[in-house]
Amino acid sequence: MRMPRNARAIAAAVAVALLVAAPFGLKPYGIYLLSLWAVMTIAAIGLNLTLGYAGQISLAQAAFVGIGAYTAALLTTQGWPLWSAFLLATGLCLVVGWLLGYPALRVQHHYLAFVTLSFATLVFLMLRNEEWLTKGVYGISGIPRPTLLGWSTKAPLDFYFFCLGVLALVSAAAWWLIRSPWGRAFTALRENPIRADSLGVDTRRYTLMAFAIGSALGGIAGVMYAPLVQFIEPTAFALNLSLNLLLMVMVGGSGYFLGPFLGAAVSVLLPEWLRFSEGLYLILYAMFVMILMAFCPSGLLGLAERLRKPSR
Amino acid sequence: MSAVLEVRDLAKAFGGISAVDGVSFEVHEGEILGLIGPNGSGKSTLFNCILGQLAPSAGEVRIDGRAITRMRPCDLNRLGIGRTFQLLQVFPQLSVRENLVLAGQEHQGSMWSRLVGRRDAGLGASANRMIEFFRLTALTEEKAGALSYGQQKLLDVAMAFMAGPRLVLLDEPAGGVNPTMLAELRERLREINAAERATFVVIEHNMEFVMSLCTRILVLAEGRIIAEGAPAEIRSNPDVIEAYLGG
Repeated sequence: MRMPRNARAIAAAVAVALLVAAPFGLKPYGIYLLSLWAVMTIAAIGLNLTLGYAGQISLAQAAFVGIGAYTAALLTTQGWPLWSAFLLATGLCLVVGWLLGYPALRVQHHYLAFVTLSFATLVFLMLRNEEWLTKGVYGISGIPRPTLLGWSTKAPLDFYFFCLGVLALVSAAAWWLIRSPWGRAFTALRENPIRADSLGVDTRRYTLMAFAIGSALGGIAGVMYAPLVQFIEPTAFALNLSLNLLLMVMVGGSGYFLGPFLGAAVSVLLPEWLRFSEGLYLILYAMFVMILMAFCPSGLLGLAERLRKPSR
Repeated sequence: MSAVLEVRDLAKAFGGISAVDGVSFEVHEGEILGLIGPNGSGKSTLFNCILGQLAPSAGEVRIDGRAITRMRPCDLNRLGIGRTFQLLQVFPQLSVRENLVLAGQEHQGSMWSRLVGRRDAGLGASANRMIEFFRLTALTEEKAGALSYGQQKLLDVAMAFMAGPRLVLLDEPAGGVNPTMLAELRERLREINAAERATFVVIEHNMEFVMSLCTRILVLAEGRIIAEGAPAEIRSNPDVIEAYLGG
């Protein structure tokens, strides 16, 4: 049983209203966390497309966030506008993601995870060692926040709304994609590639597209991340971030449109909310994730669906 | 009558085991050819070699005179060749309608138009007709995974016809289907054959089903064709009785 269209529209309007109202009354750190949630949601939407819909495991999403962040940092600190970083990073990640998809045509599952992990490690090492370009472990500081048609996003609140706007655009595009025949082909690729192939679905091309588009969204998240933190260095884009993004997709519900939104909220915001427990907060967070994954591997939205529609 | 499908000296070996050993046959337009034989006789391997799922060790396959050996399954489908598999192959998370739209969408427009165009790729009406034809109307919006085995089997077969193929290869369509559903399936196949002049090749162990549906039968044993003829001839062929049908 699906939620009626009106109910869905009302729920979406309430969610948007809450997101708009959320930062008011918060301190800059709270607003920073909300902005980080928006940025990580974009990266997780990309991974959800590659993994959740098309069924291709990737541990390389952090590398694409890194490519996007460094593109933005390098360009904007040289006086280029942020939109140029958006264009370049999206294009670059689209091409690199497409190329990364080729191994997926030959290997699957944990083998593919290792291939993508190797790629992520390679990017991390490049970011750390190619000092002439990336400044290595010293990182790049002083990354400016953009001014859009006279609107300065320098203040945390303004930058949060900028992040929210980009998230809205990315969400709309992802929603369109998932509901289009491409989305259906991605699902077919995940569920049964041999049958999909026999029905004329060019599984090779769709696999490459899934990697390319998912990676491009990682790049867009990176372009947002750089001006958000205003200082980047390679360890921010190491394996830890890839695992965190994977966790966001799995916890929220892999293959559910709203999964990345919830998963990013759990990953970014829950540890902060648990700080009342002082030294125990990471233990509580880890227990929550372990219990959820053990009893509901389809994530929070999978759990919600199970509760709404008990098994026959 | 022209040959829609020509198979010439097709062979497939797995290591030292020869699963298909120099098989040659033709299928003509509008024909329903049955392919029978004991388990392990090479029927499914033959299908998979014809349809590009397996690379043959030797031999050639032609569709309408055009060589298609080693062509990818998705390209073969776009040439008008549909298939079903021995085991059920529906997409459980998609609805019945979406399974059918998926089965036809790659024949509609370009990759780009499928992204920016209509969600159902303009196949909503065709999918509805197919749903009605296979008596699945009440299940249109149900997820395929929630259907009974027989209903999934009907959906599986319906998907093979969604793109209006010239040739359909059905691998054990009657397997696990109850007698009522089986009669339904046979009627649907006959109707499509009569109305569309669609050509079928059917692998089947259910003798009653295959004898009543097919116009000609090939018998495979140990990777080779041991008999060919009309259903009545096959029933009384001593080689077939010894190798497969039994006394």
